[in-house]
Amino acid sequence: MTAAKIIYKEVMAYHNFVKFLIVLVSMAALASLIRFIFGLGVTTNLNDTFPWGLWISFDVVTAVPLAAGAFTLGAIVHCFHIKKLEPLVRPAIVTGFLGYSLVCVGLLLDLGQPQRGWHTMVYWNPHSPMFEVSMCIMAYTTVLFLEFLSPVCEKFGYHVPLRLLRTIEMPLVVAAASISTLHQSSLGTFFLIAVDKLHPLWYNPLLPLLFWVSAMCAGISIITVEATMSHKWMGQPDESELLETLAKILPWVLAVYLSLRLFSLFALTEGALWDRPGLTALFVLEIVALVTPFLMLLSRKVRENNRLRSTAAWLVIFGVVVNRFNVSMFGMEAPGTMYYPSIIESVVTIGIIAAHILFFVLIAKYFPIFEHHPETVDYTLPDHFRKAEKGHGAPAAGVGNEA
Amino acid sequence: MSDIHKDFSKTNAFLIDMTKCTGCRGCQVACKQWNQLDAEKTVFFTGEGYQNPPVMSEHTFTRIKFKDFQKNGQNEFAFYKEMCMHCNEPACASVCPVGAFNKTKEGPVTYDADRCIGCRFCMVACPFGVPKYEWSKAFPLVKKCTGCFSRVKEGKKPACATTCASAITYGPRDEMLAEASKRQAARPEKYLKKLYGAEEAGGTSVIYLTALPFDELGFKHVTKRPLPSYTWQALRLVPGIFLTVGSSLSLLSWFTHRKDRLKKEEEQRKSGVTPPKEES
Repeated sequence: MTAAKIIYKEVMAYHNFVKFLIVLVSMAALASLIRFIFGLGVTTNLNDTFPWGLWISFDVVTAVPLAAGAFTLGAIVHCFHIKKLEPLVRPAIVTGFLGYSLVCVGLLLDLGQPQRGWHTMVYWNPHSPMFEVSMCIMAYTTVLFLEFLSPVCEKFGYHVPLRLLRTIEMPLVVAAASISTLHQSSLGTFFLIAVDKLHPLWYNPLLPLLFWVSAMCAGISIITVEATMSHKWMGQPDESELLETLAKILPWVLAVYLSLRLFSLFALTEGALWDRPGLTALFVLEIVALVTPFLMLLSRKVRENNRLRSTAAWLVIFGVVVNRFNVSMFGMEAPGTMYYPSIIESVVTIGIIAAHILFFVLIAKYFPIFEHHPETVDYTLPDHFRKAEKGHGAPAAGVGNEA
Repeated sequence: MSDIHKDFSKTNAFLIDMTKCTGCRGCQVACKQWNQLDAEKTVFFTGEGYQNPPVMSEHTFTRIKFKDFQKNGQNEFAFYKEMCMHCNEPACASVCPVGAFNKTKEGPVTYDADRCIGCRFCMVACPFGVPKYEWSKAFPLVKKCTGCFSRVKEGKKPACATTCASAITYGPRDEMLAEASKRQAARPEKYLKKLYGAEEAGGTSVIYLTALPFDELGFKHVTKRPLPSYTWQALRLVPGIFLTVGSSLSLLSWFTHRKDRLKKEEEQRKSGVTPPKEES
């Protein structure tokens, strides 16, 4: 059998849902080809008064906080040393890595001159939040790639890189958290320049801080939803007990966010707040979607019930998504103007979401993502020269454990 | 933002006296000629009023806006020349990730098309809605009024200011402001007290004198603070936050891992094996 035949047989054996995802991704690929042939003006509903649309609002401003699970959980597990949550780290890293790679794809589609993307690395402008975010996203995607290499090396039994990766694990976790803090918040800084454009319901000087804290809420919720769903649909191990611990942390982060949000809204905002009914409704939707899960998660019953816990997490995700759309799209629309995405824009964004799920399912299928229990991994170097027997140095076993 | 000049009094500025504008649109033609911009196919009365082209675009860097109003029961026109304001501290220059915009010491804010990556942040940031995009192209760039930098640096006046018979004066910003005050003082019944551009966005290189209130003419309400300061108050904290988060998390990890480390050393001592060198 030729390689093509093997791949064909393998793909045909996939679940229909996976095949459906492949179709969605191919459609998005086709749509982005159309964008590059005919230009942004014809294929999108963007114009001079509304230059940033769905691709920035969802593919960048919303997708980045949704991929925040990796750095949040990394810090919780390794820095705060809540070791029992470790089995959740790897799926979170895979989600983060996929999320950031797709952010890069979305960003390149939206740029007028994607072939000049590297210019940010040459022509520095530290006064630009966009410069800061693009540098951070490049750095963080690299960090996530290195963290993602661990399951790959395990799969193929590469011991030397595995030990190296294990050694730099802690520096990577700390780097991930610091870089993420910077760019998650700087996405909020983007909109600080839109002084008289962004509606006062969302414009306030604390926007960067709010973006950072809400990104952590979104990250924790994504991990919860993901673990619940992959247990339910992909037959992966049940992590309910660990998710309960996460559900104990989440309401406190939410509480910090909500109090900062309300403080900044009433104490630091200038201008009329309730002058546009449509925006008021979106604001109420966003706040309700975040207050409800906070109240829900305070009760032990909700935290222990898989379905309710997952509902609360979905609500948080919904609330953060609405918030990002409010800031980057609805709140930016001048009264009387209206933007809605074109078919091409929508197909591309749907394709990017589909690609995320598709790659996650495939990676989980072929690499040890969920089966990961660090104590069972063999970090020893293969002893080709039988040095250990001859008594050269200390036995290698246990060396690679964390300090 | 390679050059930050704190004193802008000697940069060149436009003083545009809208009461002297006759709406001839010679400035629009001169701008198209000097910058070699394409003509636009337009239909009359598609914009807010008589102006044509209806809006500024990649092909139109300046236009005269026509405003109908009633005076003593008679229909009258007021005019407003829309163009890049060439801010003293431009928002476009501060947000551009590749520093494609530059406030020159001569006055104009210039744009370097060879650097631009096409992210459109300048369009989002500009409080006056000036930068326009080449929407028709597959790999578009930004277009905006150049302030005729190529002329100004040779000691000439911008094309529109050269053509204009009456309304546009061009020269050092402090002289333009003084001239504006002189005209206001001479005809207080005619001119509005306010000068648009003197303080808007921290001061601009285009200053307007009018007889009609500015919002009626379609001037945007803009903050008086320089826009870059809004983002800089957050961005200046970036290095500090990076170091604080990084070092506090490292310190925290060192403490939280300490117990494990001690336990491990204890075990190794008991088993009588010399502890291997710490790896991480």
